[in-house]
Formats: sequence, C-alpha cells, structure tokens
Amino acid sequence: MGKKLLLNHIDVPGIETLNVYQQQGGYTALKKALSSMTTDQIVEEVKTSGLRGRGGAGFPTGMKWSFLAKPEGVPRYLVCNADESEPGTFKDRYLMEKIPHLLIEGMIVSSYALGANTSYIYIRGEYFYVARILENAIAEAYAAGLLGKNILGSGFDLDLYVQIGAGAYICGEETALLESLEGKRGNPRIKPPFPAIAGLYGCPTVVNNVETIAAVVPIVNEGGAAYAATGIGRSTGTKLISASGHINNPGVYEIELGLPVEEFIFSEEYCGGIKNGRKLKAVVAGGSSVPILPADLILKTANGEPRLMSYESLADGGFATGTMLGSGGFIVMDEDTSIVKNLWTFARFYHHESCGQCSPCREGTGWMEKIIHKILHGHGTLSDVDLLWDLQAKIEGKTICPLGDAAAWPVASAIRHFRHEFEEFVNKGHHIKDVRHYYRLNHLPEPVGA
Amino acid sequence: MEKKIEFSEESMAVVQRLINRYPKGRQKSALLPVLHVAQAEFDGWLSAPVMDYVASILEIAPIEVYEVASFYSMYNLKPVGKCVLEVCRTSSCWLMGSEDIVKHLEKKLHIKDGETTADGMFTLKTVECLGSCGTAPMLQCGADFYENLTLEKVDTLVDKLKADGERKVYTKDQKVNLD
Repeated sequence: MGKKLLLNHIDVPGIETLNVYQQQGGYTALKKALSSMTTDQIVEEVKTSGLRGRGGAGFPTGMKWSFLAKPEGVPRYLVCNADESEPGTFKDRYLMEKIPHLLIEGMIVSSYALGANTSYIYIRGEYFYVARILENAIAEAYAAGLLGKNILGSGFDLDLYVQIGAGAYICGEETALLESLEGKRGNPRIKPPFPAIAGLYGCPTVVNNVETIAAVVPIVNEGGAAYAATGIGRSTGTKLISASGHINNPGVYEIELGLPVEEFIFSEEYCGGIKNGRKLKAVVAGGSSVPILPADLILKTANGEPRLMSYESLADGGFATGTMLGSGGFIVMDEDTSIVKNLWTFARFYHHESCGQCSPCREGTGWMEKIIHKILHGHGTLSDVDLLWDLQAKIEGKTICPLGDAAAWPVASAIRHFRHEFEEFVNKGHHIKDVRHYYRLNHLPEPVGA
Repeated sequence: MEKKIEFSEESMAVVQRLINRYPKGRQKSALLPVLHVAQAEFDGWLSAPVMDYVASILEIAPIEVYEVASFYSMYNLKPVGKCVLEVCRTSSCWLMGSEDIVKHLEKKLHIKDGETTADGMFTLKTVECLGSCGTAPMLQCGADFYENLTLEKVDTLVDKLKADGERKVYTKDQKVNLD
C-alpha cells in the first residue's frame, strides 16, 4: 500500500464538511503557516518539496511561485485552475467533490505565501454541482473565520471566489483561463509576459492546478523534505491518477510516484486488470494529449526496464518509445480496440476545441479529423497516412499555446506505433453509407467513387 | 406570449453578488456566470435581446457579449428542448459504448444529434469529455451527471424526465433517481 498524502481521509463519512475535516486534522497547515511561518519560508518549503505542477506540464511549483513579481501597491492574484477538461482526467472533480476543504485550505495557505488577498477558483461550467459544493465549503470557512478579514487573528485578509466557465477545453491553458476570468473568449495570450509578471487584470498572478494547491497542505504540515522523501528521484510525492477504459476497477487512485505501471494496471488494489479477461493492447498514460503506447512499451522501456509511474520513467525513450505522465489521465484499451477509431475521437475533440487563433491549429485539426475519418471508412489511400504524418508535424510547435502540440502528438504516436492499423483500414474497402453521411454532414462534395 | 426581458428579483440579487466578486471596473469578469443565469431564466437559450440586456447590466458593448456567447459550447444561441441530453463522445466514453447510447436515443426520440423533438421536450447533443471517464458512458442533463449508463437506464431517464416535464438548467441540480 503506497503512501497517501491527499486522499487519506477520503472515506471518512462527512469529510466534505468543515467539522469532520477539522476533526481529521484539517486546517492545521493553515494554523501552522499563519502562526509560525513567514511567506518566504512557505515558498522555500514548496521548493524543497520538489512539487511539480499536477495539471500536466510538470513545471516545478516553487520555482513558478518565486517568479511572481511583487511591485509595491499592485495586487497579486492566485488563481486555481479547476478547468479539468483533458480527456481521460477526472481527478480534480473527485478531490473537489469529496474533500473540498483540502483545496480551500491549500488556497488560503498558498495565497498567504504569495501575498494575494483575492483568489479565484476557475472551474469548468459542466462541473456546476461541484462548484456548489465548493461554495458551500467556502461559506463554512468564512463563518469559521478561516476566510475574510484578519484570518485567525493573523492580520491576513483573503476573499476566495469560485468562477464558473462555460465549456471550453482551451480555458485549461493558463492565459486562456485568465482571459475567460476577465469575461472574454478563451484565446491564449502570447507569452512573454508570463502571468507571474502580467496576469489577471495585468497584475502578477500565479495559476496552479487543483491537485498542486492541495499538495501544499501536506507540504506545510510535514515539511518539504518529508514530501521530497516520498516518490522517486525528481518525481517527488504522490499523484492522483484517473483510470478509465477497459479495466475492472476504474476510478481515481492516489499513487506514490515510482509505482510500476504493470502493478498499477494489474493489481487488485488499483485497476484490477483488463475487463472480461481480455489482453492489454495500448495505454494513453497522461490524458489524450500524450503519445499512446502499445502494451509492450507501456509495461517496459525500450531497454527492457520496468516502466514506472513517474515523470522520468514514462518519458524514457523520448517520443520514439516513451510518453508523458501529463495530467495522469490513464486510458486503458483492450485487444479489440480500434486505435484509428479512438484516434478519431481525439482528432474530433481537438478540432472542436481549437480556439481558432492560429492557422496551423485551426485548419490543421480539422484536416486531421477529416483525413482520419476518411481512412477509418476505408476511403483513404496509403498516401493519406503520409499526409497525416506530414500534417501533424506542421502543427507541432507552430502555435501560440500547446493545444497544437496536444493535437499533433496523439496522431504522430498512433501512426508511429500502429501504422499497420491505418493500412488495414485503407485496404479493407469502403463503408459507403458512413462516408456519404459524413460528407453530407460537413457540406462537402461527395468524393468520386464513393 | 412575449416574455419581458428582465431578471427576476431573485436572479438580479445573484447577478449583483457575482458582480461584487470582482474589483471595481472589472464587472465584465462576471459575464460568463451572468450568461448562465440568463440562459436559465430565459427558456434555456440566449437570444440577441437577452444578450443586449446582459450587456446593459454589465455596462459593456453588446458585441462583447456576442463574441463570448458564441465561443463557449454551453451557451445555446438557438431555442432548445426542455431537457438537453448531452452525451459524452470522447475516448473513454466511446470505449465504453457511448455510440450505442447515442444511436439508442436517436431511435427512441426520433431525432438526430443536434435536433429537438417536435414536442420541444428533448434536444440531443453529443459533447466532448465531461470528466466522467471512470464512470463511462455518461450524459449530462442540466447540472446533473448520469453515469455508468446502460440502454435500460437511458429509457428510465427519458421516461422520468418526460413525466416530470420540467426544464433542466445548468444552475440547478434536479437529479432524477434511476434505481
């Protein structure tokens, strides 16, 4: 049984209420921070902990915090990114729904450390009911003097608000999120300036993922060094993994980083093996954006070493034979899954979610969707597979924000590892009806020969 | 019957509270949540006059509202049924059979994806990942998530929603028990 730092009390009845949360040791980190730590000490502890951004990028949190500009007389903001939208990821929803005060405590401690007196939790609109849970918890915290003016007699003031989004994956990108929080379209900003210099309303801002902010609580409680002692190498601490797809026990698991992937998939404690006794075919290990890996490469690296659930081990081999930990959205596919068809759901997703600012992404994601659909219905040619490869390479790295990369990587990795499946679709012939339907639906001229 | 475009006293109080969350002069920040309130109050969609009304309340130009309303997928710019059934179609849900759910609903309601039933009761919509991958397949109706769906559960849900006859909105939990 691995160590748990966030979800250890998740099964205690009533843990969503302030009372029970406090009975289980909640808000001790806040009391400790306000009564015995300076803001710089907290930032140092977070640096020592080695905590890395849990939203997907894995950037060291302490370093991000230390970049925050502190000009005199200008307000600073902490914004929590709860716009969880990466396909395969549902950990933040679980955390906020089950133990909302953990996030709120993390927000208060982090706001204190950063010198923010107003903070926002930006949550995706579809999670309306979760927002309500958070708002109830925030009201409890205000009533108990944990939010508002002069928190616990420390002289520190903080107002915390929940902001509701309205359905846009792109708002998970931090500058798009800030635009959305300002009441605009979610178009990512050109960086620099980074939010640490000019973020919300042009003021210095830190944007952190839900799980990242929650992790600040055990770091303050037990110290950064204790946190760093958990996990493996530069992948310190624990990570919430959202497990879904063809497995016996889908759900959210808190794992100590360094757990072997094989154990995670097959042990009863976690995924419990593949559903219906089928064989493992492929895994998308970190949310839809990261490269898909076939069974042999997800279980073992190209060198034959066991693959571990950590930033470094999953990335071992680069994109040729490795992938990324990403957001921890772990999608498992059994032997009967069509990789091409699954890829099409991703391609459709990115096309739908592109904000439209940059041409390579706006146009390219649509082209990729169409080409994959064409191949999927036996209407493609072998040169279409090459075209697809060429296309994804022309999107990657050529856009303002990483959505372009996120759209390109699943396509590249599917072709890299499962090219034979594309070719099979090309050779198998037509499903004319579907093709006609698709072309009509998109107001395209029906292709000759269809 | 022409409905007067004006928030109820209750909604107006909510809108005021939302505006107060932001620094002075930054009331535009409240636009997304206020549009949700407006959509819930004015028959589940945002007409041009409704958007103009929201613009006047937030003291911004109507175009600033239009460009936002047309960007985000949760705002309906055309009338919709009382119950919008939003079926997730992305990877994990697809792996667990979301296509069968969509086909079943199309057959049951005699409409295609994106259409509304003649009686104005249901709109069927396929949507991208809603963060229920571990409880796939799923659909959202109003604020409520219906997870681990089977065709039988979908039948029960449709029947209960129909019997209920209420409009389902994002701003209010109204979950129907399927067991």
